[in-house]
Amino acid sequence: MKELRLMKGNEAFAEAAIRAGADGYFGYPITPQSEVMEYLMAQKTSERTGMIVLQAESEIAAINMVYGGASCGKRVLTSSSSPGISLKQEGISYIAGAELPCLILNVVRGGPGLGTIQPSQSDYFQSTKGGGHGDYRLIVLAPSSVQEMADFAGLGFELAFKYRNPVLILSDGAIGQMMEKVWLDVQKPRFTEEEIIKNTPWATTGKTPDRERNIITSLDLDSLKMEQHNRALQAKYRIIEQEEIRYEKFNCEDADYAFIAYGTSARICQKAIQLAAGQGINVGLMRPITLFPFPKKVVAEMTSHVKGILVVEMSAGQMVEDVQLATQGRVKVEHFGRVGGIIPSPIEVVEALKKQIIGG
Amino acid sequence: MAEFNTNPEIVQQENLVYKRTDLLTEKALSYCPGCGHGTAHRIIMEVIEEMEIQSKTIGIAPVGCSVLAYEFMNIDMQQAAHGRAPALATAVKRLFPEKFVFTYQGDGDLAAIGTAETIHSCNRGENIVIIFINNGIYGMTGGQMAPTTLPGMKSSTSPYGRDVATMGNPLRITELVAQLPGTIFVTRQAVHTPSAVRKAKKAVRKAFENQKLNKGLSFIEIVSNCNSGWKMTPLQSNEWMVDNMFPYYPLGDIKDSEKA
Repeated sequence: MKELRLMKGNEAFAEAAIRAGADGYFGYPITPQSEVMEYLMAQKTSERTGMIVLQAESEIAAINMVYGGASCGKRVLTSSSSPGISLKQEGISYIAGAELPCLILNVVRGGPGLGTIQPSQSDYFQSTKGGGHGDYRLIVLAPSSVQEMADFAGLGFELAFKYRNPVLILSDGAIGQMMEKVWLDVQKPRFTEEEIIKNTPWATTGKTPDRERNIITSLDLDSLKMEQHNRALQAKYRIIEQEEIRYEKFNCEDADYAFIAYGTSARICQKAIQLAAGQGINVGLMRPITLFPFPKKVVAEMTSHVKGILVVEMSAGQMVEDVQLATQGRVKVEHFGRVGGIIPSPIEVVEALKKQIIGG
Repeated sequence: MAEFNTNPEIVQQENLVYKRTDLLTEKALSYCPGCGHGTAHRIIMEVIEEMEIQSKTIGIAPVGCSVLAYEFMNIDMQQAAHGRAPALATAVKRLFPEKFVFTYQGDGDLAAIGTAETIHSCNRGENIVIIFINNGIYGMTGGQMAPTTLPGMKSSTSPYGRDVATMGNPLRITELVAQLPGTIFVTRQAVHTPSAVRKAKKAVRKAFENQKLNKGLSFIEIVSNCNSGWKMTPLQSNEWMVDNMFPYYPLGDIKDSEKA
């Protein structure tokens, strides 16, 4: 039986992670996501499910604790906000290189630098193009509601273990802080050691006489072997691009124009669609749920029936580059966004559509 | 890398008085001849063998000369980012409390880039063993100045000798972690003579026994030579270590909570 609760996005994520059978959370406080660890600590998870929750000495230590836990085949996660996620990038690169499953939540705030504590979507490039050093990709899920903050905890673990790849949930300060009703899944059991040995035979659980030792590393000094490893990683990312694209279309059937937006911006676009309809403008919305893999084909198909696309992001224009690549110049693509922690209003979005796409 | 060839015509079973532990792999060590790492590896693996805990042990070696420790230690291992081994070990031990977890770190790793992880894992009293090889230099990257490089000591980044006025003083991090309530056993050892090796092995055994009894964090510094980095012969480097390193880094137990 699912349970209905009224919760903040950050709390819903934390509760859903417990219910997804998480074994360990390692974090460091930073606004606007500190409720994740606060909630987990208040829940006394070690008594409730046996889940470990540890406040690390830094974001760097936290992501490396995740690396250690993931190396053991455990369901482990961390959360942070933009500056803290930047600190974690070396560790994320190691985790991607060593092909370990884990869950990372970024409740994005405006940057660069210390920036602001208000919501932003300016970490799209960092999230979808790599972030740390080396050629690697994260699976990136973009929630646009408190419900999805909860749902993506379970989905994130599922995808992370399916592909032995870190999964990043790219949220923002608005989704993390706002309260909505949320349906929570029933409690899943945590993995037993027998299940870990069976399901993740690569995990460091202690070398037994029946197998060779397990080694978790991202290192190979033999460049030919490292090239093979890189090719294998890329092949995995291509499979993910084929299998895991998720998106949602809204009012797109006979629309003349389209918004493309994720997360908080997608919610604003839904309201903007209503306002535009009142002015006789028929506009739809395509909301990517996976930012990597990006729904390129869906965007390309849209060019056959819309006259123009406005990409709405709370950034100076990042996802718009992926939309431009997918549309290949076949229709007009423009970007509209507010930066530095400002959330655009639906009225502004409609005005931008009229000015930049319809009238432009 | 070459593999050892033990010729059965030369080594007769009945003449065997000493045998390399099975917990060291067949792979020839990548360390420079004369370096103390090999002996340090051996005593740790012997202790794990003697305690019969191979199937319960997870080792963690970060960046440094020992980054390839997993090639030589026949146990499950994790290769950590530079300085972060205690963070990995913290999570592993918390998630697998019944396993034995140790880190194997060099001076640049443990006392420079990983200082925060070292101090905080010790301060939390994580129930792990930290093995700290201090040879006063960055060996792997070619002999740069380490946090433990002695005053006046030459390295590739202190080519005129370490000037403490501009480069800071050598860090006695072992004395520092001994101050923290989370550490139970803190000792400084060496592996340059048979008697030193015996003492060091005894300390490693004690550290793993402490972990078995959930006593807290045991920290073992092994002052070692780096004949390549110090640009000496192995013998000269050991003599130099005795004359110069030991006065600054005196051997012996610094903290033993049981005795206190």
